[in-house]
This record gives sequence, C-alpha cells and structure tokens, in this order.
Amino acid sequence: MTPLLEAAGLQLRFGRITALEDVSLTLWPSEVVAIVGESGSGKSSLLRVLSGLQRPDAGRILYRGADGSLHDVPALSEATRRRLMRSEWGFVFQNPRDALRFSVSAGANVGERLMAAGWRHYGRIRQEVAQWLARVEIDPARIDDDPARFSGGMQQRLQIARSLITRPRLVFMDEPTGGLDVSVQARLLDLIRGLVADLGLAVLLVTHDIAAARLLAHRIMVMRGGRVVEEGLTDRVLDDPQHPYTQLLVSSVLAA
Amino acid sequence: MQEVLRIEGLAKTFTLHLQGGARIVALDGVSLSVAAGECVALAGPSGAGKSTLMRCVWGSYGAGAGRILLRHAGGEIDLARADARSLREIRRTAIGYVSQFLRVIPRVPALEIVAEPMIAAGMAAEEARERARALLLRLNLPEALHALPPATFSGGEQQRVNLARGFGPPRRLLLLDEPTASLDPANAEVVVGLIEEAKRAGVAILGIFHDQAVRDRVADRLFELHPVRERA
Amino acid sequence: MDAVRPDPARSAAAGGYNFAYLDEATKRMIRRALLKALAIPGHQVPFGAREMPLPYGWGTGGIQVTASVIGPTDVLKVIDQGADDTTNAVSIRRFFARVAGVATTESTRAATIIQTRHRIPETPLSEGQILVFQVPMPEPLFKLEPRVRESTRLHALADYGLMQVKLYEDIVRYGEVATSYNHPVMVAGRYLMSPSPIPAFDNPKLHMNPAILLFGAGREKRIYAVPPYTPVRSLDFEDHPFRPIRAPHACALCGSTESYLDEVIVDDRGGRMHVCSDTDYCRERREGRR
Repeated sequence: MTPLLEAAGLQLRFGRITALEDVSLTLWPSEVVAIVGESGSGKSSLLRVLSGLQRPDAGRILYRGADGSLHDVPALSEATRRRLMRSEWGFVFQNPRDALRFSVSAGANVGERLMAAGWRHYGRIRQEVAQWLARVEIDPARIDDDPARFSGGMQQRLQIARSLITRPRLVFMDEPTGGLDVSVQARLLDLIRGLVADLGLAVLLVTHDIAAARLLAHRIMVMRGGRVVEEGLTDRVLDDPQHPYTQLLVSSVLAA
Repeated sequence: MQEVLRIEGLAKTFTLHLQGGARIVALDGVSLSVAAGECVALAGPSGAGKSTLMRCVWGSYGAGAGRILLRHAGGEIDLARADARSLREIRRTAIGYVSQFLRVIPRVPALEIVAEPMIAAGMAAEEARERARALLLRLNLPEALHALPPATFSGGEQQRVNLARGFGPPRRLLLLDEPTASLDPANAEVVVGLIEEAKRAGVAILGIFHDQAVRDRVADRLFELHPVRERA
Repeated sequence: MDAVRPDPARSAAAGGYNFAYLDEATKRMIRRALLKALAIPGHQVPFGAREMPLPYGWGTGGIQVTASVIGPTDVLKVIDQGADDTTNAVSIRRFFARVAGVATTESTRAATIIQTRHRIPETPLSEGQILVFQVPMPEPLFKLEPRVRESTRLHALADYGLMQVKLYEDIVRYGEVATSYNHPVMVAGRYLMSPSPIPAFDNPKLHMNPAILLFGAGREKRIYAVPPYTPVRSLDFEDHPFRPIRAPHACALCGSTESYLDEVIVDDRGGRMHVCSDTDYCRERREGRR
C-alpha cells in the first residue's frame, strides 16, 4: 500500500503571521486523520494548502491519484485540480451555504457531481440521488424540495450526499458539525462515521471538537501557532497527552 | 510454550503540565513475559500501575522507557516504538483489549459492534455476524437486544457486549481489564469458559481480575506490581 | 421580392458618414474579433463595442457585426422575430441603406447578409450567406454562475455540469426541458454556446449550416461565431431528448405545417390564429413560388 497524500515541510506566512511552520503529514487510504486546535492554530490553512486551494511558501505535497499517478498538489494545473475536486476529492464545509446551490432543488444539488462526471440519463441520476438522500437520512420524497427549506442539520447532510455521491477517495472536512445544535451534531457525526467506514474513505477532518475527533479519527494531529505540537493514535493523544497544550485541550472537554 | 509478549524495563511517568509540571511515576522498570496459552494476572494494590501497564501494551499510553516486544508476523515488533499506523495494524490483527467500560458508538446495533473487529480482521461479514450472535447468546444477551444500540443497556449488558467484541476475532494476545467486574456469577462463569477456550487456542492473556475466585481459576501465575513510591 | 436599390442621393457619401457608419479602425478591430471567433467556434471573444445611434437591446451588437462585414455589393435582409416589417427590422434596414448605400431585400434567397433578432429563416441558407444574430446575453451560464471570472474559467475547462443541472431542474419543475427558446448548445463538441433567444425549433438549423453564423452582443461586448458546416448539438438527457417544439397547427395564411408559428390575437373576443413567424417564407408560399 502507498500513501494517498504526503506532505512535508509545509510553510505558509501571511505577512508576519505564521500560518504553517514545518508541517508534515502522511495520509493512507481509508484513514481518518483529525487536525485539532483552536481558531488561528493553522488547521484551516493546512486544509486549504493540502487541497491545493492555497499555495504554500515552501514544502512538498504529493497526491497519488486513482490511476496510480503522482500529482504535485501546489503545482496542479487549474484543470487537473478541478477534475480532482469533482471526482476523487470531496469537500464538506462548516457552512452548507458555501457548498449548496440554493437556486435549485435538493436533487439537483446532490446530482450535480454525477452530471459533471458525464451522467446524462435523468432517470438514473434521480435514482442514484434518491438512494443517497436515503443514505443521509433525508426522505427521498423531498428530492425536488428547495434546500433553503431544510433545517441546518438536513442541509449539512445534503452537502455530504452531494460530496460523496461520486465516491471520492479523499474527503476534506472543515468543522462539519460546527454550527449545529448538540443533538443534531451527534446524529451527523454518527452518520459521517458510518459512511466513512462503509465507503472506506480517507478523511482529513479539521475540528476543534475533541469528541468528534475521538469518534471519527484514527489519528489526531494537534496544531498550535501553525505547528504540529503532538500527533499519534487518537486514544493515545487523548488519553495520554504529552504536550502542555494538548493536556489543556483535553482537560477542557468533559468526558470526551 | 512460545513467548508472545515480553516486556523489558517498562517505565511510565506522567508529567502534569497543568499542575505545575508535577511528575507521577506510575511504572518503573517492569519486566514480564506471557507465553502462548498462558494467562498472567496482574496483582497489587490500587495505584500500583496495573491498568497503566495494560494501556502501555495496548498503546493508548505511550511507554516512557523500555521495550514491549510482541511476536508478530514471524518476527518481533516493539510496541513501545511502533508508529500509529503499525499500532492500528497490530490492533486489527493481533491484540484484543477488553476494558471495564464499553465506549458506546451511538446508533450502532450491538451485533454490529461485536462483528466489526472480526470483519476488520478479515472474516467474511456473514460469518462474523453469526459468530457475534452466538457469542452474545452465550453471554446471555437475548436476541431481541442484538439489533439495538447498547447506549440504553445496563452496565452488565454493556460489559457483555464488550466481552463478545473482545473474544470475537482470533487474537495472539488478549488484554482483559476487570472482565467480570459488573457480571453476576452465571455470566462470570461464561467468561471463565471463554478465557479457558482462548488459552487452549494458544492465546496469550494478560489480565486484571478483582474477583479472586475467577482469578484463581484462569490465571497460570500472578505478577505482582508495587506502587513505585513504596519501592523507592 | 427582389433587391431594392436605395436612392443614391440618400446614401452614405451624401450623408457625410463613413461607409457603413463605423470608422475603418473599428471595423478592423471587429473583423479581427470575428476571425478569432470563427477560429474558435462557440467561444466568446470580447470586443470594444462602440456607441451606436440606437439603444442597447435594439441590436447594437448585430449592427456592428453587419457594418464590419458588409460591402457595397452586398444585399441585406433584416428580420425581427422572423418578420421583415417590424419597427426594429425596418429601422436597421433603412439605417444600412442610408449609411452604406447597399441594396436591401426581404427575400432570404436574395440576401447575402441577413441580420436577425430571435429567428433563423425557414428557407435553408446556402454557402456564401452570412447570418448575423443580435444577442442580448451571450453567456449561457450567467443565470447559474453570476461571477464572470468563474464562468470564463468553466468555459476554459469545458466544465459544463452546471448547465446540465439547469436542464435537470427544468424537468423537475416543468416535466420537460422547458427552454423553449435560447436552448443551450455545444459547438463542435467543445464550447457551450447560447444560440441567442431563437426558439428551440430553430436549434437544428444551426447544425452543419452551410452559411456563416455570426453573433454580436453590444451591451455585453462579446462576439462569437459558428463557421459553415460545424456540428452543433442541443443539450439534453438520454431519456429526455431535445425536441424542437412548434405549435400543432397549420399556418392560417399559407397552410404550412412545418414552419414556426406565431399566435396572433385577431379580435377583442379572444379570437386567435396561428401564422408563420417568417413573413418572407409565408409570402413565397402564398405567391406559389414553392
């Protein structure tokens, strides 16, 4: 087996602010890695850099495509990056408004990646979309509804279906349960956990929610001030934290 | 019998940065080994580091010093040095850990929780579910409960789900932390049977048993741990 | 009806205008844009649209294209929704008769250049003819992707899933692809193009047409083109194939069951009839020329 994504020596500065300082990471197929830290720790910058949305000042990122070819992520052409983004990669953002199209129906939102991938049979697109709605626990009868009329949790599930319908290999998630009520969060986390396991997805999960990281991730990277201060197996990092910051992070969570 | 686990000079110190960097020495140079088909029971007063030692072997605690050698894939791997990826692989294929508490995964039925590590270890899904069902029934968990998530189960029922999960897949080493703690005598008896079967199958077992009667029946020998300060 | 020669006394030189109104430098700039557009079928080429002596929406883009390709020996026909006799068509025809001194006609066959708003004539075009479309909005993605930069990029990458989403949504809402006009097309398998607001009925005429098809959008400052004999495919779904739609009637005047029909209200009691939208075609049929 070869790694899906390999990054080394990533460096990123915005003026005098250091967003990333010598960050390295290896992600293997079907592995879920959580990047935790407070806001400003550099975790969202890392996600942007790894997914090619932001070019690092220094460092190397290699992605191994489904066909076995190696892609130099910061040097990806716009065309290749977009092809990856709508085929092999998926994105789940904190705010569904950043991902969904509110001018079209729920079904059109979920089916868009299929159509981008060349599906041209209306009936089959709807069939696949309906299956995915059911999979994210949305009544398929709502396929033609306006997503603006969905609750926040449903919109987030819609976003997940939209992103996973083409079975990406690598999914970038940025605070996927961020703006939701606690009870809704739990259900969504559990849904994500099931889908990730069933589909064998590799996931990079950015979160400040330790409980979410505990439930979903195999490994955790703790970031602070643009650096990775601690990383390892999820239960090792959470049960036996070494770095003072990690200890603080873990102790401030009740019964994580 | 072949040695499965050999611990050499294992030390573990916790540094509590939030308490002004206070240091707690939990283990200081522990050495022990467990052979295939052997059950070693950790003994000693509370605070002696029994659970800490188990967790160091399982990997949820990092070893401070020393070696934790596991016979694996025709060779030896030092769990004290292994990276996260190797540890995941070891947990998937070689080591099982039954703690006192089930970490409940919301909304996943008991049967799936038990079958999951077997499937991960390479068993066919149907076979795994069949074995899961049989184990749960053997542990007196009625079939009606199998399809329910264990969140609402009693402590004893959750513990039995945990045991079934631990005894399901084939293992080289089993770590049992108070496996009969919240069980009635009848179910404790079932666990004794499971341990004996595992031993016959050549599994090395390292356990903590608060129940003296159970311990006396399953343990081949005791390994005494002493609180570090007393020894100092 | 044959070509009409204007009164030379009222033509360009006499009026003090440069031939065909635009100065030569502007024509050269527009011709360059046209050549580029022909070289990249369906691709929108920006051009420096000039102020014209009529408001946006009245065909400023089409007029500039026509002015740049027209010569003294050309014969010009102008139609608006198929008709030669509406205000817009008449004004533009008069404009060119005045500023270029060219012959004008209402006959599709006789014309060398046809400027059109929202129709393609029923009479098949032939090699050597130029059809100039007046285009209000050249960007087929504009209702789906409001950012111009982004839609430009989508064209560059031929990333057209979004357009399919729109057609999908039509079927959801109306049970069929409901773009009865301005139905998007793929040109030569590469560029997504708005055919301007022609009825979907006319879309098949774009495919492998022997004439040169030029599109001018004055307000949006874009030119695009379909060279002769270029494959042009209307977007659709396998199970909802593209259908050119026409009203299921015969023309009340010429009896045609094949032409695109306009519905005309004939009295105050709601009486209506269907007649050919293409007035030249209808007259030819009534005069027995076909």
